[in-house]
Amino acid sequence: MSNPTPILQVKKLSVAFGNSEVVSDVSFTLTPGECLALVGESGSGKSVTARSLIGLAGPGSTVHAESLEIGGRDVRGLSQRAWRTIRGAQVGFILQDALSSLDPLRLVGKEIDDALRLHSTGSGSQRAARVVQLLESVGLDDPVTRAGQRSGELSGGMRQRALIASAIALDPMLIIADEPTTALDATIAAAVLDLLGTLRNSGSAMLLISHDLAAVASVADSIAVMQDGRIVEYGSRDQILYDPQHPYTRALLAAVPAGKPRFTKLSPTVPANSSPVLRAPEATPDLTSVEHSPVLVARGLSKSFAVDGADSFPAVSHVDFELHPGQTLGVVGESGSGKTTTARMALGLLAPDSGTVTLFGEPWSSIPEAQRRARRSSLGAIYQDPLASFDPRLSTGALLADALSQGSTRNPRNYRDKIAELLDMVGLDPVLASRNPTTLSGGQRQRLAIARALAPNPRVLICDEPVSALDVSVQAQVLDLLDELQQRLGLSYLLISHDLSVIRHMSDQVVVMRAGAVMESGATELVFSNPQHEYTRSLLAAAPTMVPGRSA
Amino acid sequence: MSTSTISRQRLAPILGRTARWVLGKLGGGIFVLWAVATAIFFGIRMIPGDPAEAIMGGPGSQASAEALAAARAEYGLDQPLYVQYFSQLWRLATGDMGTSYSLKTPVAEVLGELIPPTLVLAVLALVVAWALALVLAVLSTRSGAVGTAIASGLEIVSAAVPHFWLASVLIMLFATALGWLPPVSTSTPAGLVLPVITLALPLAGFLGQVMRDTMARAQRSAFALSARARGESEIGVLLRHSLRHAALPGIALSGWAFGSLLSGAVVVESIFARPGLGRSLLSAVTARDIPLVTGVALISAAAYVVIMALSDIAERLADPRIQAS
Repeated sequence: MSNPTPILQVKKLSVAFGNSEVVSDVSFTLTPGECLALVGESGSGKSVTARSLIGLAGPGSTVHAESLEIGGRDVRGLSQRAWRTIRGAQVGFILQDALSSLDPLRLVGKEIDDALRLHSTGSGSQRAARVVQLLESVGLDDPVTRAGQRSGELSGGMRQRALIASAIALDPMLIIADEPTTALDATIAAAVLDLLGTLRNSGSAMLLISHDLAAVASVADSIAVMQDGRIVEYGSRDQILYDPQHPYTRALLAAVPAGKPRFTKLSPTVPANSSPVLRAPEATPDLTSVEHSPVLVARGLSKSFAVDGADSFPAVSHVDFELHPGQTLGVVGESGSGKTTTARMALGLLAPDSGTVTLFGEPWSSIPEAQRRARRSSLGAIYQDPLASFDPRLSTGALLADALSQGSTRNPRNYRDKIAELLDMVGLDPVLASRNPTTLSGGQRQRLAIARALAPNPRVLICDEPVSALDVSVQAQVLDLLDELQQRLGLSYLLISHDLSVIRHMSDQVVVMRAGAVMESGATELVFSNPQHEYTRSLLAAAPTMVPGRSA
Repeated sequence: MSTSTISRQRLAPILGRTARWVLGKLGGGIFVLWAVATAIFFGIRMIPGDPAEAIMGGPGSQASAEALAAARAEYGLDQPLYVQYFSQLWRLATGDMGTSYSLKTPVAEVLGELIPPTLVLAVLALVVAWALALVLAVLSTRSGAVGTAIASGLEIVSAAVPHFWLASVLIMLFATALGWLPPVSTSTPAGLVLPVITLALPLAGFLGQVMRDTMARAQRSAFALSARARGESEIGVLLRHSLRHAALPGIALSGWAFGSLLSGAVVVESIFARPGLGRSLLSAVTARDIPLVTGVALISAAAYVVIMALSDIAERLADPRIQAS
């Protein structure tokens, strides 16, 4: 490959906040048309690196570099005024979280127009025409209407496209995209990545930042792996994916659930659990005796919601499933497919319009709450955002005491041994019992949520998007923990996720949902290796894989 | 035409919502006015003393028993309480607020003279409070942690200062010591300065606290970073993004703030000897002038209802995320 002038050259970049250095000795180069993926866990310094490339590392930061050149121009020590001519015009920046990256009070068209107004001299009507053209080029239907809407009126995918439109408004030579697809459903994420791919093909260089190697593998030409502010491995896409040298790169690759058979360990650092299993699973004998009678059965579940006084909207219609003892039933579908409504009906928190749920062969959805309450301990639940489900005034120990005593006490002293045992079971240090959950990391919080769900000794656990908010490497640990607990305690899981790779890795049986209805269901490998429904096939096509040959 | 059908379809629910909103506000307003009239009617009868005496010019008038009885008969005070109550409600509903006992002129006429000066005072104070709060919010977000701490301290102190104390200090400083401004509020613009500042400063402290907080959050938000990454200047981020976010809680609180200005006017108008609703309310209560007290209270309540509705509309205009429902 010939070596044209690099668009971006970074040599020994360091960023410090006060005395703590968060980025150290980072070097990389981007040539026209090249896409470099910067991959690492949250807190590894990826985002700070990206922001310091446009002089926005943040208040209180000190940036040093041996060389920092954009389009051959040394940008070290530029004034804010000079930076403003580069930002937006030569470098387009796409932030993660499109929900908050567009001003909710302003029209989407105005936000895009700002980029044009700040740098070019076109008249108002010329710019308005360009805004519509940009919105069309990022694949938004009805661009004239979209320009007149606010971000709150757009879906997640549409917002991300609008944000991309504002970043490419002036055909920048460098596009920096920070987790552009993290909050999106798989099919939408794939479409957005395709869109970014076409931008790169038109000659711009791209720096793509993600915690998920699989998500960027299809677009990137080269990959830099970051850990604790340093680049630990840097090479071509194929080198990193198929011949990783650094142990951290290998761990990141192993954490990706796509294509890993059931019960394969995803995380190398599963907490060694040498302590004996004290809570012998009472459910184990049942496993053999009632092997074939399902624990949780839904028949013809339907639920509609009234929308703004208008016609009622069917959120779930005629859903059937069976969850067998000791197994995992995966429910996969995109946002709005009725997964969570189904989970709430299974938990007995929402009464179905029609259809029934039976738990251990007895009626569950049709009985009054007073009768359900006595049996609630056999059914646990964990959610996407564990912190929101914790009372913020309670310590970790108090939360568990509350769950262990079924709400009659929050004094951890009464349950000291059981709390330690529960924390140990989910791989948390028992000293954390005195801490407040807000001081825990995302992965630790989800472990705590699992410990709390297990406190009343349930036999069925309903997991609603349990790993969606987590980094891939942390997700791997939580998924491994769920697997391990299932084998030890004989638990049955109803696992809900929009992530097909997670579902495929974890489930024995699977239900594919779309717009409230079941599209396809059956044994996981059967469904995914030989999908009968068109929608299942489109989901499979959109799921990121790292199989050779899938290159944009 | 198909386009007009579509627009009519889209318009119909909006019109329906607006009509429901207007009817709701109207019903709520009438309820508030009824509640105020009732509370005043019964509340004022708990003050010891004879209203007939007040009609005859107060306890010092030495009116004869016959004269008092005649006054009672003339004003209907010899009727049973419930008859008085309902006939008063009826008179108020038909727009008749009666004649002031102490001034012997129709209450409507008295109010017509008192409303403009109080309205000028309250509106000016609201405008000044907004200006001060915004300036403080902008300055403190632009000047780091120390500036924020100073601004926050200023806001807390001024929000906590009582009107009568602030008025006394301002008079001593600017009227007595420096002699720059008159201690008594005359009809000149200079006479308005001290009363307006007295009313505006505590409100500015209060508004400033909520606005600065929202503005700081907007400055740190992802959309502000996005704007900077597009090449927007710090001033541009402030004007085009953060300021609008900061104004939202201020607008939401302004209806309430106007009510607090009306009650503050009672103190401020008395101290600065300024004619207006507040000062007249105080003298009317002392003189047991039932019709005037009722009139001032009803007008204040009506003003409060109108201002609340206006601030509600302003909030919806400033924040399109709020749907008329």
